[in-house]
Amino acid sequence: MPDIKTEEMLLNMGPQHPSTHGVFRVVVRTDGEMVLETESHIGYLHRCFEKVAENNNYLQVVPYTDRMDYLCAMANNLGYAQTVEKLMQLQVPERAEHIRVIVTELNRIASHLMAFGTYGMDIGAMTPFLYAFRDREMILKIFEKLCGQRLNYSYVRIGGVTFDITDEIVADIARFCEYFEPSIIKEYNDLLSYNGIFISRTANVGVLPVELAISYGVTGPSLRGSGLKRDLRKDEPSSIYDRFEFDVPVGTGEMGTIGDCWDRYMVRIREMTESVKIIRQALDALPPGEFCDKKAFRGVKPPKGEVYHKVEGARGEVGFYLVSDGTNKPYRVKARGPSFSNISVLDALTSRGDCMVADMVAIIGSLDIVMGEVDR
Amino acid sequence: MNTPENLNPDPLLRDTVFMNSLDYLVNLTRSNSVWPLTFGLACCAIEMMATGAAKYDIARFGSEAFRATPRQADLMIVAGTVTHKMAPRVKRLYDQMPEPKYVIAMGGCVIRGGPYVKYGYHVVKGVDLIVPVDVYVPGCPPRPEALLEALFKVQKLMKREKIFDRSRRTTKPEVYVPGAIG
Amino acid sequence: MGLERAEIHEIVKTKFPDAVLEDAAEAVDPYIVVRPEVVEDLAFFVRDEPRLRFDLLSAITGVDYPDKKVIEVIYCLDSTVHKHWLIVKVPLPRDNPRVASVEKVWKTADWHERETFDLLGVTFEGHHNLVRILCAEDWEGHPLRRDYVMPESYRGIKNVVY
Repeated sequence: MPDIKTEEMLLNMGPQHPSTHGVFRVVVRTDGEMVLETESHIGYLHRCFEKVAENNNYLQVVPYTDRMDYLCAMANNLGYAQTVEKLMQLQVPERAEHIRVIVTELNRIASHLMAFGTYGMDIGAMTPFLYAFRDREMILKIFEKLCGQRLNYSYVRIGGVTFDITDEIVADIARFCEYFEPSIIKEYNDLLSYNGIFISRTANVGVLPVELAISYGVTGPSLRGSGLKRDLRKDEPSSIYDRFEFDVPVGTGEMGTIGDCWDRYMVRIREMTESVKIIRQALDALPPGEFCDKKAFRGVKPPKGEVYHKVEGARGEVGFYLVSDGTNKPYRVKARGPSFSNISVLDALTSRGDCMVADMVAIIGSLDIVMGEVDR
Repeated sequence: MNTPENLNPDPLLRDTVFMNSLDYLVNLTRSNSVWPLTFGLACCAIEMMATGAAKYDIARFGSEAFRATPRQADLMIVAGTVTHKMAPRVKRLYDQMPEPKYVIAMGGCVIRGGPYVKYGYHVVKGVDLIVPVDVYVPGCPPRPEALLEALFKVQKLMKREKIFDRSRRTTKPEVYVPGAIG
Repeated sequence: MGLERAEIHEIVKTKFPDAVLEDAAEAVDPYIVVRPEVVEDLAFFVRDEPRLRFDLLSAITGVDYPDKKVIEVIYCLDSTVHKHWLIVKVPLPRDNPRVASVEKVWKTADWHERETFDLLGVTFEGHHNLVRILCAEDWEGHPLRRDYVMPESYRGIKNVVY
């Protein structure tokens, strides 16, 4: 049979798309079903966080920080609060530190549940989405009891936390941990992780070598899926993370090659177990005392200077570069969102010649991006 | 649908023969199967997803099928901030929807700019500058119950329409032009 | 843990003796200030030198100082091997800010430099595709400059409502 002549086609996976996790546009040049080259376009959610932060005082910037990565808002708040505290050399009470760790880890679980649910939906499985949201609603109910909001909390502020954690909420969290681990994680593994169709769609797809990942600035579970054991909670521990015992899961190439989509997905599932471990230890060690520095809650005027601080969010390293000129408004705040660097690796992963159009959806889902953080 | 006894004394015919207008019947079926367009842009999209999930089930009101293509949808829930880079695409998607179409503006950012109204240079201060909006839902983000209430208001709007005005020439709201009135 | 910040600054100063303008090793977050001309050589040096091995570029950002007539470009570097970090600042003249691109050293610099160009107007020489990344393609002006005025309307949509 003679060779059929094929032509290239330019396809636009536009800003409105069911599987691009937000407003993200990719222009794809394909030859049939194989992808030759992609070009990503971002900026459709640029909400001018840095300009807004220059014109509001330090306390007013806090709600804008949690609208950047709206799925793990506590980590963003924590990063900003710790940056200002580092510049002011402010000491936060012990109880507030423990509460911060508990809520950050709970939010990490909620964020990974969302990633798990939507990844299943992208691949084609509808059920894991509903199961993930069932458990996510339990966590959101705890947060609503704690601070009144389901999504953009603004709970962790400069000097401590806004409301105290009552015994009823402590009992709720303990009951949730009891319910969640190990039985629900085993349920997710039975449902999706070792499913034959899921494995054949994600194993050996989008293999990200470690050197390429570091050169592109990839951090978080996407970097750990390629085998490098780098976690800011262990490498540069801020707050009281060095008092807790937990493991850092990395990808091992169990189902295919090391660094493929299945590895990145499995790192997130395993991280949920580790987060529950940290929450249990923090709940046991919760000391009585003050939950905030009341003077800092009324107004903050850091000395002149600059500082850069990073924390481990659910998607990678959230960094804040703060320039202060001595007044009560910051001179410049730069936010480094991890998804900005994570998504830039997509162009390199798809131009190797072995990627199909359906694989692109699997790769974007496994990188777990949030466009609020990419565009800020 | 409740017929008083004196109108239909025959017990065989009671509760089996209903008298009402054709408008009512058509609007009843239309309003209980409103298909939304997946147009989640930012944080409000997560609450829209939570409304579609099992706890605040939107499927019990007929809106289970979230279509990805505007050609098959009749309700556009604009959930999240609209920026100047995204604005032409919002207008194009709205134009691609077939009549009769409805728009819910969900969240503070699409009502009048939300928290970004004063210093956000790249944010469109309200999606009603681009498309005509029927229902506004305040909140940052609004609770899933609030979005369900907005859906009920759209259903109520649908029940008031006439089938001879299916393209909504008399009932569609207008695009907001700042400073045009007074 | 890797080297102390003061030792890292010493290693850089020994290799580039006349390019380091300021060494603030006692600040809350230590940094060094270098001349714009040596940026590319410095980048290759800190990435490849075995004692330093700064292979992860965390962020490239810029700050506008209109009263000092300077735009400072800041590189935040991290090492996954030795677990130490470094901040490099490069002051540029405000009316014509140009500096060499470090895209060949760390591939993540591609998008970070495009963002700094978009928001502050800094031109990175040697970049293969320096166009706007966050704002719309035909946006005018560089928003993060201190003298930026929000446009009244953009393509017919009114931008200032109150």
